[in-house]
Amino acid sequence: MAELVTALTVFALAVFVGFEVITKVPPTLHTPLMSGSNAISGITMVGAIIVCLVASSTLTLVLGALAVTLATVNVVGGFLVTHRMLAMFKSRKKN
Amino acid sequence: MENLLYLLSACLLIVGLKMLGSPKTAVRGHAIGAVGMLIAAAVALLLSQDGEGVRLEISRNSLIAIGVGLIVGTLVGIIVSQKVQMTAMPQMVALFNGLGGAASALVAAIDLFNKEAANTTVEPTLSVPAALSVLIGGVTLTGSTIAFAKLQGLIGGRPLVYPLQKTLNLLLLLGAVASCCWLVSDPLNPAPLYCLAGAAAMLGVLSVLPIGGADMPVVISLLNSYSGLAASAAGFVLGNNILIIAGSLVGASGLILTKIMCKAMNRSLANVLFGAFGKAPEGAAETGKAEASSGTVKSGSPEDAAMILDSAGLVIIVPGYGMAVAQAQHATREMADLLQKNDCEVKYAIHPVAGRMPGHMNVLLAEADVPYEQLYDMDQINSEFAQADVALVIGANDVTNPAAKTDPSSPIYGMPILDVENARTVMVLKRSMNPGFAGVDNELYGRDNTMMIFGDAKDTVTRIVSGLKDL
Repeated sequence: MAELVTALTVFALAVFVGFEVITKVPPTLHTPLMSGSNAISGITMVGAIIVCLVASSTLTLVLGALAVTLATVNVVGGFLVTHRMLAMFKSRKKN
Repeated sequence: MENLLYLLSACLLIVGLKMLGSPKTAVRGHAIGAVGMLIAAAVALLLSQDGEGVRLEISRNSLIAIGVGLIVGTLVGIIVSQKVQMTAMPQMVALFNGLGGAASALVAAIDLFNKEAANTTVEPTLSVPAALSVLIGGVTLTGSTIAFAKLQGLIGGRPLVYPLQKTLNLLLLLGAVASCCWLVSDPLNPAPLYCLAGAAAMLGVLSVLPIGGADMPVVISLLNSYSGLAASAAGFVLGNNILIIAGSLVGASGLILTKIMCKAMNRSLANVLFGAFGKAPEGAAETGKAEASSGTVKSGSPEDAAMILDSAGLVIIVPGYGMAVAQAQHATREMADLLQKNDCEVKYAIHPVAGRMPGHMNVLLAEADVPYEQLYDMDQINSEFAQADVALVIGANDVTNPAAKTDPSSPIYGMPILDVENARTVMVLKRSMNPGFAGVDNELYGRDNTMMIFGDAKDTVTRIVSGLKDL
């Protein structure tokens, strides 16, 4: 129970941090923000790796590999595509 | 040690997200976030401990599973991110959301399987978040898939409605909740897990199908939030802080964007989710057609447009998704350059829901090297239309419909729109008289100061450009 309370504390505080950090983003950056935060939701890759380490049956290993794959596509794809967008904003400024 | 590094990673993610909020620091912030993510992944692989604080050895089989996942995932991620067109960004984000949600649901399920194999008891403090993770993750996966299919044009953008829809969805939701309770009471039994996954998957499909294409920006924002919450729930299952923190950050950011989008359309979230907006109302489709044909719609050629533009002093361009689909943004910029050489001031009016996701139009114009200073938000530009010689609407429709201000019976009544009708001349570049994504007719097209230029947007703009050069 104590662990759950700690976890809930972390969760609640992080939600407030999230609201504070993101509220003032200008509309121009909404799409990169969304695809960037989308990449962050791929953090579940960490969870996928951890359950894979514990997995022993064929079923869990296959599901684990699938989970790692999906989360990695989310992370890598999300970060790279956001970078592509931000680079366009940057090059425009030089002109 | 493990948790300290996770804390570092969480800090980097938060700082990165914060820096993403300003154009100056965005690129650096994004890189910082990526480093945070990399650290978290490395820690998970190398420093993970079991319940007793003993470091987990990496077995050969686990290594293969993780290795295959990382390599395949990285390759797919690289290819997809480089190939995708900027116009297709919304459906790609939708798809990535779905993958993230699915991964979180899988993580929770695998953890339960692992506990079953190890014969450990599962307390409700673990099984409740596990059930939530599977539920939210499942809804995110299938909901995003439907959103993807709608945006990609694989299925029609119009809302799909049928009798007893809400009742059926409510029953499905109750079924999903019941499966959650069953899973919590019997966490090591796979049957409730499968039931829950099935119910969640169907719920995702059936709850997004009735939502119209024009509302997809809201849906994507919301699903983005869901994918974060699913990751957070998985974090509760594993007792892992980085998952909880990063997941809730995304959950919060998705909610904020959802709120902004709803506000831009003057609708409540409940109305977006359950209103089946944009379905053809009975009878209205016919009256709409009658209006359009009775009002005298004037159409002109691109050369006529070039003449008027040549003598204009202030031109406000209203770009819509149609411009991007026709790949007309580069030609549009060329036209703007020519006009500016002609001592004409050019401004772009960006509606908050222009494009298919929040801020989409800014990205599309950035791709065409349109200077940042020429882009104006709706609130900044609306008062200027009265002074404009020409409002040039390229592939935008619903965001220019005056019915939103004047006709309480219109489905888009109350939505803030761009006041293009105040300009001396309104030019509308459009393929045909067909209604827009929201499925609503636009009375603007019958007005006296409106000139319709039918045809492919890129074609038309290119002809305007050559017309301007010839003058």
